[in-house]
Parts: sequence; structure tokens; C-alpha cells
Amino acid sequence: MCLAIPGRIKRIDRSDPFLKRAHVAFGTLMKEVCLDMTPLARVGDYVLVHAGVAINVVNEEEAMRTFLYLEEYGGLEDLLPERDQT
Amino acid sequence: MKFLEEYRDPQLAEQYLNRLHSVTTGEWVIMEFCGGQTHSLVKNGLIDLLPAGVTMVHGPGCPVCVTPLSMIDAAIRLAEEKGVILCSFGDMLRVPGSSQNLLEAKAKGAAVRFFYSPMEAVELARKHPDREVVFFAVGFETTAPANALSVLYAKRLGLKNYSLLTSHVLVPPAISAIVEDEEACVDGFLGAGNVCSVMGLKEYEQLIDRYNKPLVVTGFEPVDLLQGILMTVTQLERGESKLENQYSRVVPYEGNPEAQAAVYEVFERCDREWRGIGVLPGSGLQVTEEYAGFDAIRKFGLTFRYVAEPSACMAGEILKGTKKPVDCPHFGTTCTPENPLGAPMVSSEGACAAYYHFRAICSADSHPIRTF
Repeated sequence: MCLAIPGRIKRIDRSDPFLKRAHVAFGTLMKEVCLDMTPLARVGDYVLVHAGVAINVVNEEEAMRTFLYLEEYGGLEDLLPERDQT
Repeated sequence: MKFLEEYRDPQLAEQYLNRLHSVTTGEWVIMEFCGGQTHSLVKNGLIDLLPAGVTMVHGPGCPVCVTPLSMIDAAIRLAEEKGVILCSFGDMLRVPGSSQNLLEAKAKGAAVRFFYSPMEAVELARKHPDREVVFFAVGFETTAPANALSVLYAKRLGLKNYSLLTSHVLVPPAISAIVEDEEACVDGFLGAGNVCSVMGLKEYEQLIDRYNKPLVVTGFEPVDLLQGILMTVTQLERGESKLENQYSRVVPYEGNPEAQAAVYEVFERCDREWRGIGVLPGSGLQVTEEYAGFDAIRKFGLTFRYVAEPSACMAGEILKGTKKPVDCPHFGTTCTPENPLGAPMVSSEGACAAYYHFRAICSADSHPIRTF
């Protein structure tokens, strides 16, 4: 819940007038993420995501490093669908 | 894999350790605030590599651990008695309430759902306009923007059936409480890098001005932690107390202004009970009057009675850094992650669980806490 998970923006979806969404790849897993708090984020950027909301844009090196660390740490379980957690 | 190696770089780690051993002449107690940092320190066996004069104590930076019993009981009551769909982060599912946890309530038929993001709970409310959906909004400053955004989004959608059961906690008031505690023994702090990436550093400057204790905002990788500890000890040895930012590659001074704006649009500061510690003034966030329709506490008329912890659990002393998990007679015997007496043994980021899982690596009792 606490540690931000880095992912790469694959597509920005503006179909919802109330929320700026993006499809973000976390390794092989694709999730929907809100971009309201990172207005400058673009397709191809890496973002640090807290609870489904992107908070920081970071460079590729930082993103890869953090992702690999979380993979080892077990910090990616938050991304799993509900049925796999219980 | 080159990125990983850079921050696991044994040579770089060794350089920091060598410098740490050469600069340390005094005896210093340093608290890492964040549970993620505790986990990394213990898992990677760093504590045993530090100079004998440097003792790490582990702060209350695990939101699962500090969410009060009465709040967990209220969440369960909402799901069982009020007919709502109670949603929460997966981390909360096994945290013991007075008589059961959320997973047990779910197994007995209560409508409990676990989500990665509160935005998923808003979607659920949108699909089920006939049901009340409540998101159990726990966490530090890191999850507050997402929880705030969920309310703003629900408002934009015109939803009337979505609300938050808010038990948010804030880092700086807890640091104040730890420093002001009569048993306090902490000389310097490693700040939580992820929290500062949201809220920025300004409030920490005020802490330094008030308490004259060094604080180094630090990341989570082993090399980050060693560098943060080295920076803290260097200040202590020089008699300095400054705010430094080891994690500047992620944490800008001002934090994320959009996130802060959302948080203070929906929430305001309040006094908050921390499990095992007690009520800390100004240490929480609650939904403002303006957003009262999205506040489950007002909406369902919830009241909270203080519920005492099981007397055997010394979570409060662990969370304030005055005791270590191995000081507890129940640690690893009558208190285990499968049968926890208290919250620090439940969450993967709780200090007791970290020591339990990795104690083969870390002979933690080699560094007893300094007593006065």
C-alpha cells in the first residue's frame, strides 16, 4: 500500500471527462492508473503509482531499479486481482 | 540488470560502511520511520553490519499497524450491520479487530472487497447505485491523494452512495510525539522518501528548527539506507542538525502540489489515535464538513470507543522505538504472523513481522537499545 510501484504509460485515455486515465504497464501486468496529479506525464513516461494514482514522473533507470527491487521484496502483490490476494 | 546492480553494488555498500565505521565515535540511536525501510534493513541484514555505536530503532511507519482496533471494529460493523459493501486495501484483511478480522467477516458473509485503488471502489459504487459503498481509507500521506481523488471523482460523477471511513495518519506529528516522549532515545531520523515525494520537505524544516535533530529523507534500497545512515551519523558526529535529502532523485523540495491540493480539498487535520501509542494531536486527516456526504462516519453515525490492546502486546513501545521485537517475551512463541497478538506482527511492514521472517539473517539482539 505504501511503496509506490513504477510503471510505463502505454496509452492515455481521455474518454472520461471526469478523470484522466492511462493504461500503465507494470512489467507484464497492465493496469488503469489516474494521471490527474501528474499533468505533464506523456505516453512512454515512467510514473511512480500509489494506490492507482500516479504521483511522480521518474526516469527509466529509477523506474527499473525500483521495479526490480519491489519484485524481489514482494511489493508487487498489491497489483494482483482481488481473488489472488485472499 | 545493470540498474539493480548499481543500487545493490556491494562495493558502493562497502564504501559507505567503511566511511560509517570511520566517522562513528559516539553512540547514536537512529530511527527509520517507514515500515518499508525497516523491512529492507532487516531483510538485507544491514543492522548487523553497522558500527557498534549505531543502533537502529524502528518507527511507527506502518499504517496497517497503527490503525486503531476501534476503527477496524467499525469497518467490520459497517459491513455486517449496515449492509454496505466495505472496501479496503488488501493489507488490512488480516489485521485483528477485537473479535475478528475483515477476512473472517467476509468468510461469514459480510460484503467485504479488497482493492489496489480506491478508484475501483468508486467504479463499484457507480455500478451498484442501490448499494452503499464505503472505502476504508487508511495510510500515510502516500495513499491520501488517491483517497482524496476518489471522493473528488465520486462528486464529479454525482454519486451519493460512496463514502470514506477515514483513518489517515501523518508522519511529522508522529515524529514530534516520538521526540517529546519522556522515554525518547532517538538522536536522528531517516525520513520516509515516499511520503516526502507527495508532501515535500517544508514541514520537516520546521521539525528540525524545533527539535535540533538531524533528519535525512531516505529511499528504500540497501545502498540508499546505508547512505542515509552515513549522512545522519556524519551530522551527529559534527554536532549538526540539518534536513538533508538522500532521495532527491525522486523527492523534489515542494513534493507534488497537485496531490497536496487534492488532499487539502477533501481532508483536514484532526487528532488521531495510533494503535499501541494513543491519541496524537493533529496527526490525522478527516473528511471536511464540505464533503460530509462522502464521510462514512457522519453518514452512518459511527461512534468510536477506545478498545484496549491485548495486555501482552508491547506494540506501543516497539512503535515508539523504545523496545525491539526481540525484547518481547511473546515474540516468535505465542505471537507469530499466523497467530498475532498485535498489529506489528501482522503486516509485512511491521517491525515484529520483519524480525520474525528474517531473523536468521539479522541477529537483532546484538544491538540492545541504549537505556537511560
